[in-house]
Amino acid sequence: MVQHHIPDKFLMAYSAGVLPEAFSLAVASHVSLDDDSRARLETFDAVGGAVLDTTPAATISDDCLAATLALIGGKMPDALPPPPRPDSLFPAPLQDYIGGDLDAVKWRGVGMGVKQAILETADEATARLLYIPSGTAVPDHGHNGIELTLVLQGAYRDEGGEFHRGDIEVADESDEHTPIAFGPQPCICLAVTDAKLRFTSLLPRLAQPFLRI
Amino acid sequence: MSLDDMTTISNGAWRTCRESSLIEDDRPDTQWVDCMARIRSAQDQTAFVALFRHFAPRVKGFLIKSGASDSLAEEVTQEVMATVWQKAHQYDETRASVATWIFTIARNRKIDLLRKLNRPEPEDLPWAPEPEPEQSEVLVIQQESARLTTALAALPEKQRLLVERAYFGDLSHSEIAAETGLPLGTIKSRIRLALEKLRHEMR
Repeated sequence: MVQHHIPDKFLMAYSAGVLPEAFSLAVASHVSLDDDSRARLETFDAVGGAVLDTTPAATISDDCLAATLALIGGKMPDALPPPPRPDSLFPAPLQDYIGGDLDAVKWRGVGMGVKQAILETADEATARLLYIPSGTAVPDHGHNGIELTLVLQGAYRDEGGEFHRGDIEVADESDEHTPIAFGPQPCICLAVTDAKLRFTSLLPRLAQPFLRI
Repeated sequence: MSLDDMTTISNGAWRTCRESSLIEDDRPDTQWVDCMARIRSAQDQTAFVALFRHFAPRVKGFLIKSGASDSLAEEVTQEVMATVWQKAHQYDETRASVATWIFTIARNRKIDLLRKLNRPEPEDLPWAPEPEPEQSEVLVIQQESARLTTALAALPEKQRLLVERAYFGDLSHSEIAAETGLPLGTIKSRIRLALEKLRHEMR
């Protein structure tokens, strides 16, 4: 049962289509795991529907309908796609970026047993997977911008509480937090930032250019 | 049926959809849902033409407000409306109005074409929409959606423009506050119930 949901403003921005790609990936992945957030997202989609409904009609050309029918080309509506595999670790939007489930991730070690994998998205923001062994702390860090952290396996705790699979944490520049993984499994998270992290201890700061975070 | 046939019958088709909604005067909010059902069950092209006549000019208007040129908006509108036909089986009338569903299709094409970004989408639910959902549940979502449209139109102008600008993509994500001033509580709880019911029935 997901306890930490994404705030409304991210859902509205995602519904309006103005989030950076990496943030959209975090929102889509979280919504895949949390029915409450899905219901709130669909509510903001309904606001978009109301905007569409009240948008003044534009004049369409005389052959617009014929061109649309030509695009359809007499085909039957598509059959429903097969349902997603329920037993996978990563939700479908994340699998699209990784090219598979956990065994397809190209991890790079960054010390202390911590591993990461950067996912390819547009430059405005960065998405990466983090693998943190149980009992290990992610170096204390603050942010220049917003960071979203979505737990996919295991759990961590920090000043904001305990976070399990499906939970998402939002941190901004005022937050200095030290997440520590706990529980029987290593913690795997999707972390998204719209600005470079600044580490507050010396060693990670030296490693920062190498980490690309 | 040829293209010409479909275009010439289109006015009649539109009337058919209107008439059915006029006869069932207590269900004024389901005429577009009925058209979607006919597309799904019978590949009913006249129902599609009726949807097209209503929604295509609005989709085009929405795209122009979002910054598309007239010719690009026209082209994308054709793609959006073709997608309405092709993906008709994915529409779930227990969770969204037809306008809402078409909005999501138009928005996704807009992100592809105007922002040139990938659009990660939530995983599909592990069940299909129910083939014959309870009509009372369909009706309540359609009525709530219609109420939302009325409430949007009734907002003070400054507030309404802020909502519209958000959805036309004129606000950055950091400018969006999510305080719309719209009554969203009921529609949210109805969607939540529909999701719960579907999960329950899957077990």
